[in-house]
Amino acid sequence: MWKWLHPYAKTQNAYQLCERLLPWFVVSAFISFTLGMVWGLLFAPSDYQQGDSFRIIYIHVPSAILSMGAYSAMAISAFIGLVWQVRTAFMAMIALAPIGAVVTFIALFTGAAWGKPMWGTWWVWDARLTSELILLFLYLGVISLYASFEDKQQAGKAAGVMAIVGVVNLPIIHFSVEWWNTLHQGASITKFDKPSVAPDMLWPLLISILGLALVMAAIFIRRLQNEILRRELHRPWVQALVAEAKGK
Amino acid sequence: MQFESFSAFVDMGGYGFYVWLSFGVSLLALGILAFDAARQKKVLFNAVEKEQARKIRIKAAKTSATSQVKSSYSEAQASPRNEEMKQ
Repeated sequence: MWKWLHPYAKTQNAYQLCERLLPWFVVSAFISFTLGMVWGLLFAPSDYQQGDSFRIIYIHVPSAILSMGAYSAMAISAFIGLVWQVRTAFMAMIALAPIGAVVTFIALFTGAAWGKPMWGTWWVWDARLTSELILLFLYLGVISLYASFEDKQQAGKAAGVMAIVGVVNLPIIHFSVEWWNTLHQGASITKFDKPSVAPDMLWPLLISILGLALVMAAIFIRRLQNEILRRELHRPWVQALVAEAKGK
Repeated sequence: MQFESFSAFVDMGGYGFYVWLSFGVSLLALGILAFDAARQKKVLFNAVEKEQARKIRIKAAKTSATSQVKSSYSEAQASPRNEEMKQ
């Protein structure tokens, strides 16, 4: 596997792989995200307690899960970058950070807009909400630490260490609803026994999660390309690429 | 379909404001992110193109300058020398 994977550490190969993958991701992201949203908003039955306000779940839960998923991916990239000295891994890390930050913001915002009608408040300083807010600050910390170094190799290392240390927060977010008394409900699908959601509601939720994941992946692919270009603007292969694009 | 009419769909059983606020802000945020990613690539490509055009202009200016010098040089010591060499 390493033999197969290793060439993609080279920026030019990574760029070309992105170029080939992007259209597939854009199309599948568009289809699954739209399907998830339409199904969730129009066809899923309304909740017997929460009425139609529960439909916020179709954006809240995917963004909350994937805010953590994106953080794991970012931390893994940082780890690969630090251990094997792979420049492309740091580029992947910093390409992911703003996506994760936006998705964390969405999770917090939709949570607040759901909390207002259901809990009677936009915000409480409870364990789940606070740890998710810390996740947002971790993302912002990684982004600003990376931006504050002129030498991007140094920047990658510093921000990478921060990203890896921040992984501590992930189990805290996940188990916060069990460890502390909280207003937030427990997990309904990310647990090992059968999910406690009716299939009519669960299917659109799973598709929404897939849809948002693919949307994020498509944005990530494009952002990684941009990051590679930005770092290698004067390399011959980029020059040739642009000349070729212009010729068309 | 869970809703009887379009207005019922918009109303969301009285929770319309919260539901549409959530979905609206989320889509807007993702849209900005996607748009920015797409735009950045164009910006970078344009920067490289501009740099290339500049290099070509510099090269063209240089070669035209040298070719002018060369041509005046070869004109100045034109045929006589060649004929000398032939002899």
